[in-house]
Amino acid sequence: MSIERHEIEKLATLSRIAINENTITEVSQRLGSVLELVDQLQAVDTSGVAAMSHPLQATQRLREDEVTEINQREAFQAIAPDTEDGLFLVPKVIE
Amino acid sequence: MSWETVIGLEVHVQLATKTKIFSGASTAFGAEPNTQACAIDLAMPGTLPVLNKQAVHYAVMFGLAIDAEIGQESAFERKNYFYPDLPKGYQTTQLEKPIVGRGNVEIQLADGRSKNIRIHHAHLEEDAGKSLHEGNFRHGVTGIDLNRAGTPLIEIVSEPDMSSAEEAIAFAKKLHSIVTSIGICDGEMSQGSMRFDVNVSVRPTGATELGTRTETKNLNSFKFMEEAIAKEVERQIDLIEDGGSVIQETRLYNGDTKVARSMRSKEEANDYRYFPCPDLLPVIVSDETIEELRRNLPELPDARQARFVEQYGLSDYDAGVLGGDAAMAAYFEIASEKSGNAKLAANWTMGELAARLNNQDLSINKSPVNAEQLGGLVARIADNSISGKMAKEVFEGMWAGEGSADEIIEARGLVQVSDSGALEQMVTDVLAANQTMVDDYINTEEAKRKKKLGGFMGKIMQASKGQANPQQVNKILAQKLNELV
Repeated sequence: MSIERHEIEKLATLSRIAINENTITEVSQRLGSVLELVDQLQAVDTSGVAAMSHPLQATQRLREDEVTEINQREAFQAIAPDTEDGLFLVPKVIE
Repeated sequence: MSWETVIGLEVHVQLATKTKIFSGASTAFGAEPNTQACAIDLAMPGTLPVLNKQAVHYAVMFGLAIDAEIGQESAFERKNYFYPDLPKGYQTTQLEKPIVGRGNVEIQLADGRSKNIRIHHAHLEEDAGKSLHEGNFRHGVTGIDLNRAGTPLIEIVSEPDMSSAEEAIAFAKKLHSIVTSIGICDGEMSQGSMRFDVNVSVRPTGATELGTRTETKNLNSFKFMEEAIAKEVERQIDLIEDGGSVIQETRLYNGDTKVARSMRSKEEANDYRYFPCPDLLPVIVSDETIEELRRNLPELPDARQARFVEQYGLSDYDAGVLGGDAAMAAYFEIASEKSGNAKLAANWTMGELAARLNNQDLSINKSPVNAEQLGGLVARIADNSISGKMAKEVFEGMWAGEGSADEIIEARGLVQVSDSGALEQMVTDVLAANQTMVDDYINTEEAKRKKKLGGFMGKIMQASKGQANPQQVNKILAQKLNELV
């Protein structure tokens, strides 16, 4: 199964990543080969098998509703690109 | 052509847990920015979510309250989109297997009708952080506060069963009443604890197909919701009648400026690329847990209203107002017990107190006059120690923090004279001192005499410095005047 150029461009936009014009063909081929693998898997007859998102039989462990985290803002903001007045700063976002 | 409106709601309810849905960071409102955002909330590499048991239980309690199917096995998906207040780049939510399935909510309308609104499902998810476009930081950038990121929400999705703004508001208020009554949400609308997305479409009356709908997002007051719906219905009808057509889009309504605008149309809508969250396993809620939550489910608003009619002899209307609001109901019950007079306590809670709270935009939990204090005041009205007029003066004093009703009554020397001997003497004196008024009364034809009583009442109340029991004076006055005629 191949993947079209416009689909690559749309995915890149949604993922907020830039794909260089001269690598589009290569990216397309590599993603295409992943899809081929999925195609092969789809050949397996799975009727009667319940859909499963995890290979384990385990179920989700639940946590008690108790505060366990302390304020570490200083440490987190020390590694942030830009902060002011306790806020993380990002380029202007307008809805 | 006449048109009918079709409305469906998506309601985000912040759950009243102490911590986030996937981390042990606090959810307390109003903290300094980013002081309650831990490594998990910030999506630091290597962190993993662990689900909050209380959030799961609250969601199940909501399901039980609306008589819904409970998803005993539910699962989380990732909803991918890019926005700076969502550090992971996806919202962890539920799509295929929500925790609450189909249910029903009955609403009561002003004309006495009731209507069933079907709930499609309700699912657990996390809230995003907040983007601040102006503040105490330099211009030209956006500030991000991630304290809210990861706050547990349930999103309640209704069927498009409402056909007017009135029905939509009644439904929204009923949900507010349910979630606050069972204690899963603090209901503080101004803090964003409940937020409404409204889907609106119109169609020719009697048509069976739905028109194209728009979604107005993030309304956080009943008033704004009503305005937004009215405006949107009008806009859609005008558009169609002018030969245009409605496009499916997301809209925003600014309650302060009363302006609605388009946010994005379907063509540029996000492609969320949902997929099962590999970090979270299926969530199993056992029969035992469900039964335990059912046994311990607090009283629901409908049951409480019925009890208020039965137990306190309130009218359906009063029981609806007091019983519909969990905090107000609790307040009323304490005031009623303390005062020993349920009807008077109800009148004062819904009247003087509610008006004053509303006026100052305070919730009843923050009332300067607490339920015991109001009960103490009502008790003095009930035993005739003070008149209704004096009670208002005492209430003012209590509101200003001058102490209990009894303390204020004593400090201001407010005593209602109910001793009939003293009152009779007072009436006799006033009549004697105002012979012209008495003559005028006698010479007035019988049907019009009643109107003349007010003048005497005024003189008597003045003579008593406002302390005479007005009901008793009224009776004595009428009796004495009739003896003169």
